[in-house]
Amino acid sequence: MPLHIEKVSHSYGTVEALKDIDLDIADGETVVLIGPSGCGKSTLLGIIGGLLQPTAGRVSLSGPPPADSLNPFTYIFQDFALLPWRSVAANVALVLEHRGLGAAECRERVVAALALTGLTEFAAAYPKQLSGGMRQRVGIARALVVRPAVLLLDEPLSALDAQTRELLMEDLLAIWAREQSTRVYVTHNLEEAARLADRVVVLSRRPGRIREVLRIDVPVAERGRPEHATLLIDVHRRLWAMIRDEAATAEREMLNV
Amino acid sequence: MSERRPVPFRGGGFAPAPRRAVPWIVFAVLIGLWQAASSSGLLPPLFMPSPAAIVRALRDLWFDGTLMEHVTASLKRIVPGWIIGTAAGLALGLAMGIFSSARAAGLPIVSALFPIPKIALLPVLILWLGIGEPSKVATIALGVFFPTVISAYSACDSVPRNLIRMAQSFGLPARDIVAKILLPGAMPGILAGFRISASVALLLVVAAEMIGAQHGIGAFVLTAGNLMQTDQLLAGVVVLSVFGLLISWGLGRLERSVLRWR
Repeated sequence: MPLHIEKVSHSYGTVEALKDIDLDIADGETVVLIGPSGCGKSTLLGIIGGLLQPTAGRVSLSGPPPADSLNPFTYIFQDFALLPWRSVAANVALVLEHRGLGAAECRERVVAALALTGLTEFAAAYPKQLSGGMRQRVGIARALVVRPAVLLLDEPLSALDAQTRELLMEDLLAIWAREQSTRVYVTHNLEEAARLADRVVVLSRRPGRIREVLRIDVPVAERGRPEHATLLIDVHRRLWAMIRDEAATAEREMLNV
Repeated sequence: MSERRPVPFRGGGFAPAPRRAVPWIVFAVLIGLWQAASSSGLLPPLFMPSPAAIVRALRDLWFDGTLMEHVTASLKRIVPGWIIGTAAGLALGLAMGIFSSARAAGLPIVSALFPIPKIALLPVLILWLGIGEPSKVATIALGVFFPTVISAYSACDSVPRNLIRMAQSFGLPARDIVAKILLPGAMPGILAGFRISASVALLLVVAAEMIGAQHGIGAFVLTAGNLMQTDQLLAGVVVLSVFGLLISWGLGRLERSVLRWR
């Protein structure tokens, strides 16, 4: 679904977190938001999905939401946000239970989402029995089960170790190749941005404004190929050049708060 | 290359290791010493009867039915008192955990009344409800009520906010968020509160029975003390200790079955 962010500003009390964000996101596009700590990227994600009320501006979808989407704006969280007292399958089913679907359809959707994320054999396990990577796969399955129109990923891989992060990036790309959604992905990891984004939006430090937008023309599915190795390095270097000074300043600011 | 010396182990820390036999040995040694001191005449039986005398007293009380009579009388106070106090406490505590206005209304009153030792209210309750059972049950219920309110609403607070945000982001209605996230998430705190309220109930039943009752463990212990029947007195104390152990064991079972996911 095409998504429109118009003149969005947000303040926490007297602290301005975001200022005049204008951004149009095309159907099926992946936009990665990066920026120094405290630049308001998570705030923007919260506003897009309706978890935060912006001080000014608005977010809209154009066209009717897809008929089969139960929850057009769907989050994947950094800390997974799984219920420890529910099994993997029950965690995924949680978000369907209030939708008035038949038991058979619920089960069918859960089974399909678990299969897509490689969790079938862990359906009866509890979150504490799983590694971080498997827990985030549960988070992904829970998001897919409602067929989101816009997927909002809030630093989904930041709590994982480097190898698990690599594996999950591959999984995300494989899943994205199969389902249609528009995606907004917040991270501070430049490699994730270079690997996953169609467009990288760089926010400035507080108050967050759009500083630069970098479009990466090579399709995400092809970026793993050897001939594009330099592309990833190049994107990484350019992004770092854009945010380095601000990141350094932001870090000092944090210490002076 | 010089001689190879193995790196000496110096880890281990203070990690607790199971020592199953130790508690029993300590128990046996202490009781053995006590019995030896009594038998040798070191401890005057009037002030400190021997373990054997206490066991004898317990046996006699069991066979002539006095023990069950007093235990039943206490149970008839502690069980309804605890249930009433817990039910009311959970109702208010959960309401305070869920609704901001209930918290704003309830918190000052609870904070003001919680520190009052509830046994001090027994005379007032006797005035209102008479010297019989209701005043004792009410004392226990009041004593149980306040810690339950506090543990229930702080248990609600301890449910991670990110889980509630998650539920909201998936469009779960408020009723479902309460039933599927808030209540199960608060359960560990609520059950921990039961341990506190059960020990409060035990304390209050004994105190209330010492103030005005014919039957009940508290009354029995007091009477035995007045008559200098120390062996009976200590037998009553042993019964109270068993009471406490049984409650704690039962709550432990309940926690293990309700909180299996931990």
